[in-house]
Formats: sequence, C-alpha cells, structure tokens
Amino acid sequence: MPGLVPGIHDFLSPGQDVVGRDKPGHDVAGSAGAVMTYIAKPKFHHPGLKKNELGYTHRDYEGKISTLCAGCGHDSITASIIEACYELSIEPHRVAKISGIGCSSKTPDYFLGNSHGFNSVHGRMPSVLTGANLANRDLIYLGVSGDGDSASIGFGQFAHSIRRAVNMTYIVENNGVYGLTKGQFSATADRGSKSKKGVTNTDNAIDLVAIALQLGATFVARSFSGDKTQLVPLIAAAIRHKGASFIDVISPCIAFNNHAGSTKSFDYVREHNDAVNRLDVLVGRDPISVDYAPGTVQVVEQHDGSRLALRKLDADYDPHDRLGAMTFLQKHAAKGQIVTGLLYVDPDAEDLHTHLDTVETPLNTLDEQALCPGSAVLDKINASLR
Amino acid sequence: MSVQSPISSVNDFVVRFANVNGSGSASANELFARSILRHGVPVSPRNIFPSNIQGLPTWYEVRVTEDGHLGARGGVDMMVAMNPQTWDKDVASIEPGGYLFYDSTKPMPSSKFREDITVIGVPLTAITNSTYTDPRQRQLFKNIIYLGALCALLDLDPKLVEQLIGEQYKGKEKLLSSNVHALHLGRDWALQNLKCPLGLRVKKSDKVGDRIFVEGNSAAALGAVYGGATVCAWYPITPSSSVAEAFTSHCKKYRHDPETGKAKYAIVQGEDELASIGIVIGASWNGARAFTATSGPGISLMTEFIGLSYFAEIPAVIMNIQRAGPSTGMPTRTQQCDVIACAYASHGDTKHVLLFPEDPAEAFEFAAAAFDLAERLQTTIFLMLDLDIGMNHRLCRPLKWDDAKQYDRGKVMTAEMLEEGRDFGRYLDVDGDGIPYRTYPGTHPTKGSYFTRGTSRDRYARYSEEGAVYADNMQRLVRKFETAQDMVPRPLQANAAKPTKYGVIYFGSTSPAMDEAIGILEARGHQLDRMRIRAFPFHSSVASFIADHDFVYVVEQNRDAQLRQLIVNENGIDPVRLVPILHYDGTPITARFIAGAIGDHQDHLKVTPLRKAVT
Repeated sequence: MPGLVPGIHDFLSPGQDVVGRDKPGHDVAGSAGAVMTYIAKPKFHHPGLKKNELGYTHRDYEGKISTLCAGCGHDSITASIIEACYELSIEPHRVAKISGIGCSSKTPDYFLGNSHGFNSVHGRMPSVLTGANLANRDLIYLGVSGDGDSASIGFGQFAHSIRRAVNMTYIVENNGVYGLTKGQFSATADRGSKSKKGVTNTDNAIDLVAIALQLGATFVARSFSGDKTQLVPLIAAAIRHKGASFIDVISPCIAFNNHAGSTKSFDYVREHNDAVNRLDVLVGRDPISVDYAPGTVQVVEQHDGSRLALRKLDADYDPHDRLGAMTFLQKHAAKGQIVTGLLYVDPDAEDLHTHLDTVETPLNTLDEQALCPGSAVLDKINASLR
Repeated sequence: MSVQSPISSVNDFVVRFANVNGSGSASANELFARSILRHGVPVSPRNIFPSNIQGLPTWYEVRVTEDGHLGARGGVDMMVAMNPQTWDKDVASIEPGGYLFYDSTKPMPSSKFREDITVIGVPLTAITNSTYTDPRQRQLFKNIIYLGALCALLDLDPKLVEQLIGEQYKGKEKLLSSNVHALHLGRDWALQNLKCPLGLRVKKSDKVGDRIFVEGNSAAALGAVYGGATVCAWYPITPSSSVAEAFTSHCKKYRHDPETGKAKYAIVQGEDELASIGIVIGASWNGARAFTATSGPGISLMTEFIGLSYFAEIPAVIMNIQRAGPSTGMPTRTQQCDVIACAYASHGDTKHVLLFPEDPAEAFEFAAAAFDLAERLQTTIFLMLDLDIGMNHRLCRPLKWDDAKQYDRGKVMTAEMLEEGRDFGRYLDVDGDGIPYRTYPGTHPTKGSYFTRGTSRDRYARYSEEGAVYADNMQRLVRKFETAQDMVPRPLQANAAKPTKYGVIYFGSTSPAMDEAIGILEARGHQLDRMRIRAFPFHSSVASFIADHDFVYVVEQNRDAQLRQLIVNENGIDPVRLVPILHYDGTPITARFIAGAIGDHQDHLKVTPLRKAVT
C-alpha cells in the first residue's frame, strides 16, 4: 500500500475509557453488574520486530486483547491465525472476518484489527459470509464459528455453505461445550463423555469433518489448538485454497470441559491425537528447501500456485481420496482416535462464483452504467406488455 | 324467477372460468383477457387458485370494464363451467339473468341448471375428440375451442385473437396454426349452432391507451434490476416465488456483460428464509445491493436478522408478497396482514420502513427506490405487495426510468476521505440526521475498519454495556427513523367534490376498489376526502388529514385493523376517530364491499337529531 507505514497500532483513541474485566470467564453469563467494554492493546512494541514481505510485523495482524479465559484453546487458534496471515504476507485489511455467536465467535475481535469483522447471528455466519463473498470476490473470507454455532443451531447453514462451494476458510473452534452459558453439552460432544457436573452425554456426536467431506468441501482438515506447528500451516493452506476450506480445531474449554471423562480435554486430545501428516506451505517459486526423506513427502500444487508439502506420518493416507478419508475417519473414530492433519484437498476446486459465472469485477463496485438497462430498454419492455 | 330477462351489457361484465388446476386452462384464459384489451377495453383479471399442483378447482375471473374499474367487482355474469367438481357452487354464483357456458357433450339433468339464467351448451369434448387423438392435445385444445366459442358469443374480433396467438407462438409455426385452427373450430360451431352474439358483448373502444398489462411480482423484480440489485437470495414460497424467478429471467436478458457473457448478478436459492436474509445482510454489509422476496411465514423466520439489520445498521430490501395468515393460513389468498409484523419486526425496540405500492407500476418504482432508501438509511426496507397485486396481471401506466438518475449509495466513507483525516465513527451522528457513515470492508489498510455486531457498542463501534452508551445509540436510531419520514413516498390526497367532515385512508391493493367505491358513495350522497398512504413511517400529513376530519375510515384487508393500530400508536390519535373497514376473507376487496360498509355507517349518521324531533 503506497504511502502507508505499516507497523504502528492506534487502537486507542485519546480520551477513551478503557474498562477491564472484573474477573476472567464468561462475560455474557457472568457479567451481571459489571460494566464491560473492550480492551485495546498498548500501542508500544519492540522496534526490531521482524517484518514480512509486505513490511508488516506480527503486531499488524493482532487485534484487541482477548476477553476469553486464561488458557482458552481459542486464544491459541487466534495466535495461529495471526501467524498464518503474517507468514502469507496478507494485507490485513483485505480479510473479512465473519462469525456467529459464542466464545469462538468473539475471537475475530482479537486478531486482524485492521480488518472488518462481523459478529453476526447465532449459527448464521455461513449465510452472512456467503452474501459478503458474492458482493466482493476479491477479499479473503475467514469464517470463525464454534461447535454450538455450527453443529447445532447453524448445522444447516454450515452444510449449505459447504455444498455451495463458497470460497472461504471456515474454522470451527470445537470444544464440545457451551461456554458462555456455562457448560451444557454441544452436538459435537462424544457419546459417553462426562460434563463437568458429572452428567454423561447419551446423544451421538456430530463429526463436522465427516459431514464436510460428504458435502464436497474441497479442503478438509482437523487440528488441535495445542499443536500450533500443525495448525498454522493448515490455516495458511486453507486461506490459499480457492473453494470451501473447512478446519475443525479441537480447542479445549479450560473452564467447562477440561476434566477427566471429557473427550475434548487437553490431556485426552494429546493422548488420542493421530496425525496423518504434517504440512509445509510454500508460497512463491522457491525450490523446496526443506530436506525431506525420500518417499515421505507429497507435494500438492494449489490453483493459485502455492504448494503444500505434506510430510506423511501415515504412509497409506492419501489426501486426494475423499472416500478413503471418510472410511479412515470412521475406522479411527471407532477406536477412539482423533485423526488430525490435512485430510482431503482438491487442488482444482471450483467455487460459487465459478458456478454462478459472475463477472471478475466485484459486484459491489458496479454502478448504474453497468447495472441499469436504461429507459430505451424499458420502452421496449413496455411495448411487449401491451 | 323465469321472467328474469338476460343481462345485457356492453364492455361491462364479469366472466369467470371454473377449471381444474393443471389442465392448461391458464394460458387460454389469459389469451381471452388480452384479446379484450386489444379491443381497447380495459380488463382486470384475477387468479383464484388452490395450494395444489394438479386436480383441485381453480378459477380465473375477468372483469371487463370500459370505465377502467380494476378492483374485483364481485358477482359473475357469465360462468364458463369447465369443472364438474364445483358445478353446483359455480352455477349458484351466477347473477340472476346471467349466462352459463358448459360442455354439453354429456347430457346433464335439468335439475343441474337454473331457470333464471341463460344456458349455453357447446359439445366441447365431442368436437375435441373428433379432431385430436393425443390426450394432452385434446386437453389443451379444448381450452382454445371454448375460447373460440366465446369469441362468437361475445362478439370478439377473431383477427385480434389470431394476432395475439401469432405473437405468442412467433417462430413456432406448427403451434401457431394448430391454435388458430382450434380457435376457429369453436367459433364456427358457435356461429352455426347458437344465437350469436349474446346480450353481453365486447365493442371496440379506446380506453386502454398506452397502459401496460403486467404482474406486480414481475414489475417489482424489474425494479430491482433497474435499482441496481446485484445479489438476490430467496427461498420458494407462494405468492413470492415469481419475484425471484422474474428477477432471474430479467437478469438473463439485461445483466450479462456483452463482451465476456458473464453475469453482473448473483442469485442464490437459499436453504431457507434465514439463509436468504443472511446472504442479503452479508452482501449489503459488503456494499452490494441485495434483496430477498418472501411472504408472511418467511418474515417470521427472518425477524432475528431484521433486528440485526436495524441495530447494526445494515441495508436490506425485503419484498413481502403478503398472503392470508396466520401460520400457513391461506397460502394462495390475498391479505394485507403483515403490516404490524413488518413495522415492528424482531425483539427489542425496533421500527422499520414499509413501502405500500398500489399496482405494478408503483411496485417497479418503489422496488428501485427501496435500494436507495436502504443504503441511505442503512436499514431494512420492506416492499409490501400482496398476492392480488403480485400474482395477477394488472393494467397500469407504463414503467418509466430517468436515465440521468444516479443511485444514492448513502453515506460511505472512502479511502480518500479517510486519508484526508476524516473522523470515522461507525455510529457517529456527524450530520444530526441520525445517519452515520459506514465503510466497506477492505477500504483502507489502517483506517476505517470496525467490528460489526448485534451487541451494544459505542459511537466508534466498540463493545459497550454501559447504559448511557446504549441509550445514546437507541435515541439516534429514533432520529434516523424521523429522518426517514421525509424520504419515503408521501401519501396522496384527493378531496371530495364538496367539503366534507369525513375522510378515508387506504393503501396498497385496495386502491382500485376504493376509487370505484368513491363513485358509488357519491351517487348515494356521501362525500369523502381520500388519503392513500404509501409508506411507513407516516408523513406528518397523515396526522393533519385525520385532524381535519371528524372521523376517518381506515380501509384494509386484515382482521385486526393493523394500519389503523399503527396510526393510533405512532401518531397518538384517539382510536374513536378512526373507523375500521375490514375485509379479510382472502378474496380481493371490492368496491361493493367498501361502499356498502362505509355507506351503511354514513346512513346511520343521518339519523335526525333528537332535539329536532322533539320540537
């Protein structure tokens, strides 16, 4: 961006009150009597911070200070999104962050502070994102949702945005529990898992990854908020993917779902994590410099020229085989394992704009010259109606 | 009864076709209506159809009206009874002295007829079966054959009908000639076997002028094309589906890039109404003009998003083609029953702008204007049509467009303005009109971004649960709604020939019936000043009109007098001053009904004052 100096934050207008939280936790349910506003980050930073290709530092990808609980898995995902955008040298303001309602849906306020964000309606992020994407195909669309938001109230919208192949990165921060309302099971909670209050879940779990695969998502991954080295490249690759990218990130709820008997706790996920691959995202034309052992790496070139180097951890896993991925997931789920990694990718994917054959120019820039057929045409229409 | 003489009338009668849904009668019946128009005689047709695909009764009514009364009249002068299922009811509905046209192939017992009507039997099935062998052809051409017979009976010029068939089947010679052939089969049989023409007949006139004949839904969709809508998201629901379908077909004709052939629009059939309005809100948030079309049940589903649009101030256009509610109600019957539901849609304190077009021409204008209003006011604009306007062909003035017109994109802060150092507060009332500036996503690398949310926030869009901050914002929204009052289409007023203490307020599809009723009432000696409301929030002239009269009738097509409630509530009017005149059985309101209800009320007022009687 000519004429602009990236790197200096100015989130805090002079004279503006900054009111902190009175206690950590869940400020919708637990805020009675407390005045909640927002917390801006201090604008000072180390002058020697590393810059990316566009001259932006990490700090340019940050947002306001998180109001989630200390240790929340979601904050690690926020950090991973920041890292991925920094690594990709994305212009921060060219991302539109859209979310629903819930803990996870609050997080877009905590990253990419120079991007427009939209904390919309519970379970309706996918439709809002779809509309935004139709209006301007030139921005990057990042949808952030939770398991309550996407697997319960918004299950339909999740499904339909995937089957419409909206070009987006759809991240579910999946903790199996309703945090803001204090610990009810969500639809992704495993059958047999125990709530903090000791109640056993008797309903079957929805596996959003399995559904995304079935509905034709062209980039499907699962990861763990506690494993940034796996998560950051997955987010980066998803952003570079043209088409519907879906990442289910198991993200333990430190307040309500991190106890023994939970299958979404840090300990449980670490013990049962079965990563099928590790990913490096290579942007640009540089030759692959990492020294991989022969036969262990599969390189996937995406539509935009970015390359994904997949280090195989499971020699037999093929991320181009949708049916194979579905079977693999089912088999491992039956054994109580959580399969993570890049599970499926179609590098030649199409998106909704391709299907609708829309003009390359963003629709929101078209003016009356381009859109209005004019009075001469209207006269002809009138004549045809007599 | 038998002394009843047959009705004799030129260019002023009602023909009703009783058909079976799915029998292909619709196009023949529409052809009948159009041919009369080609004689220079106005018609007003109405579909009366079931919520069904095939098999149930359906009616098509054509009011032939030299005087141009386009509201439903009530009563039937000639019944074209093609449906045995509804025979008894159809025969009973004919006015004394009227005519019954039927298929006489199978003999009917005399008990099935009435003595006070003229019965015209044409052996349609026999003629059809002796000419065609294919069952589908038999069904379709039977309709054209009865049209041919009516041509002779009502004295229609066959050349004009042929001309219409020619336009309809241009380039499809085989279909064209076979239709013309069928037309003459029916006409010739009638001329040879019946006394033609009847007392009812059509005579050439010049009362149509340059008016056009179009459905409101199609005109509204065209308004969206002219108004610059680029995103349409919808979910099928009667009677609104044809809006999105018409938008699709208009866009296919007028919205493809001539060089690349690519689409300058995006249409998504959503998985439900929630997704449809979500897509509209997402697109509008991102600077595109977007709309959805729906009906009552869809409005109910959309209300959470409508509240978001109000509170987060995101433009949206919702076309509500009203049908009879509540719940599933009568999906194929007309009403004006969503006035309150739309005006105050969603939880919390909300108010929304409503536009009430009276006919397709206004539906076109208001649809286009709705996008300007939505972007200027940054809120939801409802275009309130109903089934009567939306799904019937209506004669109306030609559609007009001023090529010099530029879209009003509202207050949008650009990168240049931000660079100049303009203070950007998303909810900052810089102009005192309650309308803040917005930025489109992706505008500037470091300035002008904000976080949109349905939660409370301060003037700079920062989350806040402080009472004063919340109240400040809610008060600004009231200011904005006051600003809207002078932006929306104003009410139209017409005074009675003589000064009067009484007025009448009406809106939307009631218009033609009201105009006609005024004439009937005048003939009965009742003078009424008229005001047609065209939008909510109400212009100040509504309150002054009410103040200027002793009392005012409010005519509407719902049970609960919803517009009256809204006027009382918003203007603090004494409810006693507003007399509700309510029609809500799902049929379109008629002049006879309005004139009857108002006339009776007025007659009661003419009771001699007690004091005079005593002295």
